[in-house]
Amino acid sequence: MISRRDFLQSSMAVAAIYGGSGFGSWSRAAAQQAMSQDQLLDFDTYGNVSLIHVTDIHGQLKPIYFREPSINIGVGGNKGAVPHVTGADFRKMYGIEDGTASAYALSHNDFSALAQTYGRVGGLDRVSTVINKIRADRPDALLLDGGDTWHGSYTCHHTQGQDMVNVMNALKPDAMTFHWEFTLGSDRVNEIVENLPFAALGQNIFDAEWDEPTDLFPPYKFFESGGVKVAVIGQAFPYMPIANPGWMFPEYSFGIRDERMQEMVDEVRANGAELVVCLSHNGFDVDKQMASRVTGLDVILSGHTHDALPEPYVVGDTLVVASGSNGKFVSRVDLDVQQGRVLGFRHKLIPIFSDVIEPDKEITKLIDEQRAPFMDQLSEVIGKTGDDQTLYRRGNFNGTWDDLICDALISEREADIAMSPGVRWGPSILPGQDITREDLWNVTSMSYGEAYRSEMTGEFIHIILEDVADNLFNPDPYYQQGGDMVRVGGLGYRIDVTKPQGSRITEMTLLKTGEAIDPAKTYQVAGWASVNEGTEGPQIWDVVESHIRKQGTISLDPNTSVKVVGI
Amino acid sequence: MNFTRRDALAIGFGAAATALLPIGAFAEGTDEAIAAFTGGADVAEGGLTLTAPEIAENGNTVPVSVDAPGAASIMLLATGNPTPAVATFNFGPLAGSRSGSTRIRLAKTQDVIAVAKMEDGSFKMAKATVKVTIGGCGG
Repeated sequence: MISRRDFLQSSMAVAAIYGGSGFGSWSRAAAQQAMSQDQLLDFDTYGNVSLIHVTDIHGQLKPIYFREPSINIGVGGNKGAVPHVTGADFRKMYGIEDGTASAYALSHNDFSALAQTYGRVGGLDRVSTVINKIRADRPDALLLDGGDTWHGSYTCHHTQGQDMVNVMNALKPDAMTFHWEFTLGSDRVNEIVENLPFAALGQNIFDAEWDEPTDLFPPYKFFESGGVKVAVIGQAFPYMPIANPGWMFPEYSFGIRDERMQEMVDEVRANGAELVVCLSHNGFDVDKQMASRVTGLDVILSGHTHDALPEPYVVGDTLVVASGSNGKFVSRVDLDVQQGRVLGFRHKLIPIFSDVIEPDKEITKLIDEQRAPFMDQLSEVIGKTGDDQTLYRRGNFNGTWDDLICDALISEREADIAMSPGVRWGPSILPGQDITREDLWNVTSMSYGEAYRSEMTGEFIHIILEDVADNLFNPDPYYQQGGDMVRVGGLGYRIDVTKPQGSRITEMTLLKTGEAIDPAKTYQVAGWASVNEGTEGPQIWDVVESHIRKQGTISLDPNTSVKVVGI
Repeated sequence: MNFTRRDALAIGFGAAATALLPIGAFAEGTDEAIAAFTGGADVAEGGLTLTAPEIAENGNTVPVSVDAPGAASIMLLATGNPTPAVATFNFGPLAGSRSGSTRIRLAKTQDVIAVAKMEDGSFKMAKATVKVTIGGCGG
């Protein structure tokens, strides 16, 4: 069905962007001269249908730095399988040379040095240029947004998502599905969706009271593209009321609902769909499992877990495509569909190198209009990073941004222990770079950012760590929520990822005394992003800004407090 | 099929009686409850569809539905609750659909079990693990 030859072409597309340069032998100017927009966008248009996938943009209108994870552990059947491969193993798997643009885009090693060479990534004005180029090749290409779009920045927070809505509308998507959008609250989500000029899809978005589908979020939509009848089925994030505050959208229920996904596939096939695409916010492991259980899906455009893969992952007859996050990548998938069958495909994960891809000036202007009322606040410098200090988040355990946030919670809130949510969004800051208020909001902004301080027993802290660890390391992907481990400050522990819930976490230690955590003793714990209604405290961005201002220059000790075994 | 809450409310047409078990009827545990339902007969795995969320959105009210074509009655159990037996659906010979839907409270992560007594007197069983979590760190 899918020819091996097409698959090889796909795998080479990114590797060939930019071959053969040894690390450090390219100056920035030379590197960027050698890498051209034409090369990045070069694509031999194929078949009769083109899909364009963006996902998990998290409010990032402007180019940013984004470091990929160094640790991404797979468990059960996913041990050692993509996307749980990082660094040198990832580069070897996909034939990527060290020090190349692809290595910079897709792996973490030498991140800050390569960032100096290859520059920032993303920017929706650059994304627009890529979309326009694909539409020039194929005017009826489908642009599909996997969600987590109306969240994640200062301007997005202060406009209740309107900045992202305005800019995305200008890019003219054909359909979208959802996750963090719902943390705007159901009234605001409903208001935006009612006026959305494209389809808002989610076969698993249900009315909570009656456990029935909603009118506002249809399960699928048909499109005519290249003479092919294409059905796009939406799949929103299944665990929204659990991972995020359900009290903000009490009218809605979600879940994986793969039996209904099968019904929808059968329904669209019965109604003449020749190509069935699932626009998903399940997370990659859940999508892999869903592809093995639901028959008749040709393509799953996968979001949520922020993985960027240079070739589709094939499960049976289903292609699973992962397109990264924060505006860093756009995926293009061309398919040859004949008589209701996919005969072949060509794929490219296009990294948005912001210094190489020409911005679409109309979109730049529109973005700047969204930001203009807030520029004084956005651009205010609140501190800087030390000469050896990169700030990043992605990874199964604490990133340096999280360490900084936990330090701020402990010192500003006078706590023994700090907890910070294991979210996967948030751009990186290079060594010696100014930290602006915008940068801080990029890693903290949300509609439930209150920093609580409460007393917890050692036993309860253990229950929390075990609970979150099971959301990440349960061997059945359907029981995973797709975030990373809760980040901790002031606390060390050992985790065996192979153990069942309740026995993964041992050797919990209070770092300031070196003593073992006593299950019966009470500790002062500061944290933020509680899903509980009525959480009180100052906003996390104010707590961290105050801490950064006191520090001036940020220089963190390496975090060695979490011992991971069973990998 | 799409089985909705409204259908569940209307199920009285098909089901002769939807009897909620008296509190304490099977307090001695899951195995005992199943044994009492089956009279100790063998129970085959599969042959009926039990639909429950993988992770409960709210452990206080978890939607569970079961569909067992050819069943005379179906018992639902929540194995980790103090009283495992939740409900038994009984179907008359004219019942068009041998299915039921309800919401149950789950105290903690546990297996939900449905046991169907078929019209030929045989028994079938399906099981689903429902996780009850404090959640809160999705990204």
